Amino acid sequence: MKVLTLNFLTCAVKSCKSSSDSFPLHPKDAELASDDVEVNPELLVNLLPRLDWKALKTTSTELGFPQLPDSPPTIDELQSDDKLLKDLHSLLMETNLMEGKLVCGVCGHEYAVREGIPNFLLPSHLV
Amino acid sequence: MLPTPSTSHVPYTLVYEPAEDSFLLLDTLSSPLSTHFLSHHFPPDSPPPFILELGPGSGVVLAFLTAHASKIFSRPDILTLGIDINSFACSSTSTTVSLTTSSHPTTSGHFLGAAQGDLTSCLRPNQVDVLVFNPPYVPTEDLPTLPDTLRARREKGEKVTFEEESKLLELSYAGGKDGMETTDRVIDSLPEVLSERGMAYLLLCAGNKPEEVKQRIRKMGNAGGEGRREWKAETVGTSGRQAGWEKLQIVRIWKE
Repeated sequence: MKVLTLNFLTCAVKSCKSSSDSFPLHPKDAELASDDVEVNPELLVNLLPRLDWKALKTTSTELGFPQLPDSPPTIDELQSDDKLLKDLHSLLMETNLMEGKLVCGVCGHEYAVREGIPNFLLPSHLV
Repeated sequence: MLPTPSTSHVPYTLVYEPAEDSFLLLDTLSSPLSTHFLSHHFPPDSPPPFILELGPGSGVVLAFLTAHASKIFSRPDILTLGIDINSFACSSTSTTVSLTTSSHPTTSGHFLGAAQGDLTSCLRPNQVDVLVFNPPYVPTEDLPTLPDTLRARREKGEKVTFEEESKLLELSYAGGKDGMETTDRVIDSLPEVLSERGMAYLLLCAGNKPEEVKQRIRKMGNAGGEGRREWKAETVGTSGRQAGWEKLQIVRIWKE
């Protein structure tokens, strides 16, 4: 799964959802793979308003990617910042999480990721 | 006619094989009525639409939507995700979508991946712009559950037996009372799952009492957003008339 997916996912445990710490999930022992995708600045600019920037910054740091600015760039700033465009492209569109775990910041539950597929099915005592 | 994705690599003993219902979804979503609606609903300068298919199985529908994004949505920059309870369906979906998009590079959207999960439980609220669901709709006495032994083994990363996984095929069609037990959970979750501009395409069979289902959706109350918006539910595709009843239909659910 693409790293961008983490911007849409949260802990599957119902009682965690009301806490802001259940998002984003935290990668652990992550093995990454990279696809070669052509940079598409227009896509990144369009994507900007629907990203949760704070969560993305956390994910980027946790996966060892370059530090993102504290606040999201404006459209003009992003368009004129080749380095940021390239960093975002590489993180969001090219990087896949293949193996490892995704950990909830509230309950600590670890969701396994195998062959690029995270498993969000809960053991019966957590449903 | 847009080409149907190849699913010849999918193990049909473990994953639902594309059938009349899958093809009705393809036809309906690529019909002029639907593409016109979608292109107006998601104008080119709006953020990329996030498309979720629940229970993608072989991945035939999700691959079709992703690979033909610029024809179906009039823009190639869509993001797509599949969530299935069956781990084999997740792998099948990944493969089907990847193969199909790589043979349609100029019209394809962006496939985020497939996740194993129980319907929408792992999603952040109010993110989905288009939810597509070909549910387990056959009325059955009981609703099957994923065998506990299988779950435990998956957690330990062990291989599962053929008998256990065969149970998964039952999960793909058996819908419990009126064939609606799983679909009802999805309908109930729509206000929390769909974005401000979100909509859903839902497949129903005659046994699901589709007219009652649509009435129930229309009565879900205030749909939020600016002004007073309400939930809409209309049939946008049908197939197989039987004694005056449409055997299968696609209902579009949106807010207006």
